[in-house]
Amino acid sequence: MLTYLTGESLAQRIEVACPDAVKGWKRSDLWIAPESVLDVSKYLSTAPGMKFDLLNSISAVDYIDHFEIVYHLTSTSENLSIVFKAKVYGRDNPALPSVISIWQGADFQEREIWDLMGVTFQGHPNLKRIMLWDGYEGHPLRRDYLEPPR
Amino acid sequence: MSLSEPITVNVGPQHPSTHGVFRLRVTFDGELIVDLEPVFGYLHRGSEKLAEERTYTQVITLTDRLDYVSSMINNQAYVLACEKLSEVQVPERGSYLRTIAAELQRIASHLVATGFLLNDLGALATPLMYCFREREKILDLFEMLCGARITVSYMRVGGVFQDAPEDFWPAFKTFLEEMPYYIDEYEQFLVGNEILLMRLKGGNTVSKEQALNASITGPVLRSTGFSWDLRKVDPYEIYDRFDFDIPVGEQGDNFDRFYIRLQEMRESLRILNQCFKQIAPGPVRANVPYLYRPPAGDAYGRVESPKGELGFYLVSDGGIAPYRCKIRSPSLLNLSAIKEMLVGWKLADMIVTLGSIDINMGEVDR
Amino acid sequence: MNSLLESNVIFRNVYCFWAANPGNAEQCTPVGAVAVKDGLLPGGLEWLAYVMAGLSVILLIVNVYLVFAALYTYVDRRVLAKFQGRIGPNRVGPFGILQPLADGIKLMTKEDLVPAGADRWIFNLAPVVMMSSGILVLAVLPFGKDSFVVDLNIGILYVFAITGVNTLAMFMAGLASANRYAMFGGMRAVAQLISYEIPVVLSVVGIVMMAGTMSLVGIVEAQKVPFIFVQPLAFFVFIAGSSAEMNRSPFDQVEAEGEIIAGYHTEYSGMKFGVFQAAEFGAVLITSALIATLFLKGWEGPFLPSHVWFLLKLFFFAFIFIWIRATLPRLRIDQIMAYAWKFLLPLSLINIFVVAAEVLLLGDQITDSSGVSMDLTTSDMWIMAGINVVVAIVAVIGLAKITGMDARESTKVANVTRVIKGT
Repeated sequence: MLTYLTGESLAQRIEVACPDAVKGWKRSDLWIAPESVLDVSKYLSTAPGMKFDLLNSISAVDYIDHFEIVYHLTSTSENLSIVFKAKVYGRDNPALPSVISIWQGADFQEREIWDLMGVTFQGHPNLKRIMLWDGYEGHPLRRDYLEPPR
Repeated sequence: MSLSEPITVNVGPQHPSTHGVFRLRVTFDGELIVDLEPVFGYLHRGSEKLAEERTYTQVITLTDRLDYVSSMINNQAYVLACEKLSEVQVPERGSYLRTIAAELQRIASHLVATGFLLNDLGALATPLMYCFREREKILDLFEMLCGARITVSYMRVGGVFQDAPEDFWPAFKTFLEEMPYYIDEYEQFLVGNEILLMRLKGGNTVSKEQALNASITGPVLRSTGFSWDLRKVDPYEIYDRFDFDIPVGEQGDNFDRFYIRLQEMRESLRILNQCFKQIAPGPVRANVPYLYRPPAGDAYGRVESPKGELGFYLVSDGGIAPYRCKIRSPSLLNLSAIKEMLVGWKLADMIVTLGSIDINMGEVDR
Repeated sequence: MNSLLESNVIFRNVYCFWAANPGNAEQCTPVGAVAVKDGLLPGGLEWLAYVMAGLSVILLIVNVYLVFAALYTYVDRRVLAKFQGRIGPNRVGPFGILQPLADGIKLMTKEDLVPAGADRWIFNLAPVVMMSSGILVLAVLPFGKDSFVVDLNIGILYVFAITGVNTLAMFMAGLASANRYAMFGGMRAVAQLISYEIPVVLSVVGIVMMAGTMSLVGIVEAQKVPFIFVQPLAFFVFIAGSSAEMNRSPFDQVEAEGEIIAGYHTEYSGMKFGVFQAAEFGAVLITSALIATLFLKGWEGPFLPSHVWFLLKLFFFAFIFIWIRATLPRLRIDQIMAYAWKFLLPLSLINIFVVAAEVLLLGDQITDSSGVSMDLTTSDMWIMAGINVVVAIVAVIGLAKITGMDARESTKVANVTRVIKGT
C-alpha cells in the first residue's frame, strides 16, 4: 500500500539536504524553488529511506502570472508517493532545470510541456516540438493562446 | 561497425503495423536497427485544451477517445480524479458496476493487444479474428450497459450513468462461464507455437531499473519481474476487497509482455466473478449535479489501465470546467525506452516490440 | 521435334485438322486424330499448321492456367475466411465466384502509377518476367494421361531453372521501385529464394535417382508407390522449401505486409500489381502441381479421369498451403536463413545418401541402349518406405535438437510467469 507523504514531512527531509530549496507547503503539496528542482530531484532519487525511482508525471499549469510545474513521484521500494511543485514566473521565457539526467521518463513529458506550454527545461538534450510540428508558432495550452486567424 | 551503407526509413505514419499513425525514423544497417527516433503528434487532438472548454461531465466523452480500446478505464481514471477533487462518495453498487466495466474493458484491451501482436508477427489475421470474436461479446455487454460499444462514456462523477439492465446479468454470467475456455484456447494455440516462441523469446528486453527510470508501467514493467500494479499497491475504488494475483514475467522480453496479458485476463475474470457474487442492489450514482463545481484545488487520480498507469491531473478553480486537465498517458511513457529496446535488433523485431508494448496512438498523441 | 505430334493429343488434332493430307498422312493415322479429308491448308504449308497447332496449345494452357489462378484467389479468400471465422467474398455472382472477375476489372481500370525515381524499363519489365516464369513451367507439367505440351528429358531441371527467374523478377521490382521498403523486399527475396533453392533441388535428387529419369512424365510412371511414402523426408523438405520459394507464410518475409508494407511490389498499382498477384497465386498452383507430380503419382488414379485426379491432388496441396498460411506466424529473416542452411540442407543431404544406398542395395541393375539404370520393384519401394519413414522421424527430431531449432525445448516455456500474491 502506498503512503502519501505530506508536504510538511517532505519539506523537513528536503531541507536537510538542500537548504533554501523549500518555498512552502500545504497539505500534500510542497513548493520548491525552480532552480533547485534538479538538486532536490537528485536527492529524492538517491536519499536512503525514500529512493523515488518512478517519475509518474510532470504536469504544467498556467496560472497567468506564473507556471506551476508539478512532479508526481513514487518510490517503489519504500512505497511512498509525493508531489512537489515549482512556480516559474515570467511568460517570455520561463525556465527550470531538466530532470532527464535522473529520470529518463522525463524526456517526452518535458518536451510536451515545452511544446504546449512553452516552459524551457535547461539541460534537456532534445528539446523540440513533440505533439505539434516543427515551425508551429506559440504554445497552445497557455491560457492566453488564441488560434491564429486563417 | 557498419556492414553496409546505413539507410534511413520512415516507418509510419502510414504503415500497417504501427498501431495507428505512429512514426519512427529508423536508420538501418541492412536489416539491423542502428538508430531510431520516435515522432509523435499525428493524432494530436488537443484533448487537454478541449477539456478546459467543457464542463466536468462533458470531459468524460473526451476521455473515451484517448485510448479507444479501453474507454471504460479512461472514464474511471477521470471520474476518480474528479471525485478526489471534491470528495464525492460513490455508492457501493456504482463502484461495483465501475469495476465490472473496467475489468471487462481490460480483457477486451488485452484481447486487442494479443490479436494485433500476432498480426504483427505475420499470422495473417487468424488469431486477431479469434480474439475479436470474444471482444465482440464484451462490447455487446457494454452496449447493454450504456448503449455504446467503443465510446462508452458510462461513468459519471459519483457513480455510473445508469444501472445495468435486467438482461445484462444472464449475458454477463454466460460470458464469465465461457471466457476461461477461450483463454485456454489462446494459450494452447499461441504459447504452444514454436515460431511464436522463436520470435518472441529473449528479444528486446528491458530491465526493471531501466523500465522504472523511463517511467514505464503496466505489463511492460511487470514483464521485468517486478510486481507493480496500482490495483494492489494503491487500491482505488473497491479493489482492496478482491482476491487476485499479479502475473509478472522474468526477463522483460516480448514473450513475457505477451504472456502476462493472457494471465491478466484470467485474473480479471477472477475479479469479475467476485464482483458478480458480491454486488448488491442499491443506488448507482451519488447526487452530483450536472454542472458540478468542485472546490478549488488539484488532484491526481490514477488507475491501472491495460497499458499502465493512467493518470489525470485536474486543477479546479471552482468553476464548471476544469482549469487544467493533464493526462498522464501510459502509452506515451512506455515508449520512453524504445530506443534502448530496439537498437541492435532487426526490422521484424521492431514491429513485434511495438505490438508487445501495446501502444495506442489515441493515447500517445491525445 | 516429332515427339510433340506423337505424344500430345491436342497438338496432333489441331495439326491434322489443318495440314494437307499428304503432309500429315504419317502422323494422323493413330487413333484420336481428327483429320479433315483434304486438310484445310493447301499443300506445302504444313509448317503453318504446325505453328497454329503450337499456338492453340499455348493459348489453351495459358488461359486455363490464368483462369485457375483467378479461381484460386477466390478459393484462397473463401477458405482463409472460413479459417478465421469470417464469410469471405460472397457478393459477386453465386457464392461470390465472380469476385476474381470484379477484382480484375477493378485492377484494370486503376491508374497505373510509376514512381518518380523509378527505373521505368526495369519497373515495367519485372511483372512480365515474374509472370512468364510461371507460364513457362507449364510446358513440362503432365496434366493428365498423355496431356502435356512437351516431355522434356530434363523436365525437372528445366522447372528449377525457370522458377529461379522469379528471384530476378523480385529483385528487379524491388530495386527499380526507388522505394526503401521495396528494396528491403528485393534484398530479402534474393537472400531467401537463393538459399531455399538448394535444399529444394537437393530433395528432388532422391526422386530422380529412384525414377532414373528427369522427365516429369517419366517420374509419374516410375511411381509404383507414391514417393510421398517412399521419401517422406524429401517431401517435407520440398514442401517447406517450396513454400519459402513462393513466399508463403511462414516464410513470407519478402512481402511481409506488417514489416515492409508489401515488399518488392509496394509501388505497383493497377494491373501490374494484378500480374504480380496472379503470378503468385499461379506459383501456388504450379508448386502444388509439382508436388502432386513428384510425390503423389501425378495424374494417376483409379476410376476417375486422369485430369480430375490431377486437379484433385493439386487442390489438395493448394488447400494445405492455405492452411499453413492461415495458421502460422512469420519467421524472422535470420531464422529463415538458419532454417534453410542448418535444417533443410542437412535433411536433404541425409535423404540423398539414404536413398542412394537403398537404390544401390535393393535395385536390380539393368543395362540397355540408354546406359545403366536401376530398376526397383513395388515391394522394394515398400521396404524403402518403411526404412525412410523411420529415418525421416529420427532425422527431423535429431537435427532439431542438435541445431537448437526446437524452440519449445530450448526456451523452456513452462511457468515463466510467476504470480505474486498480495503486494
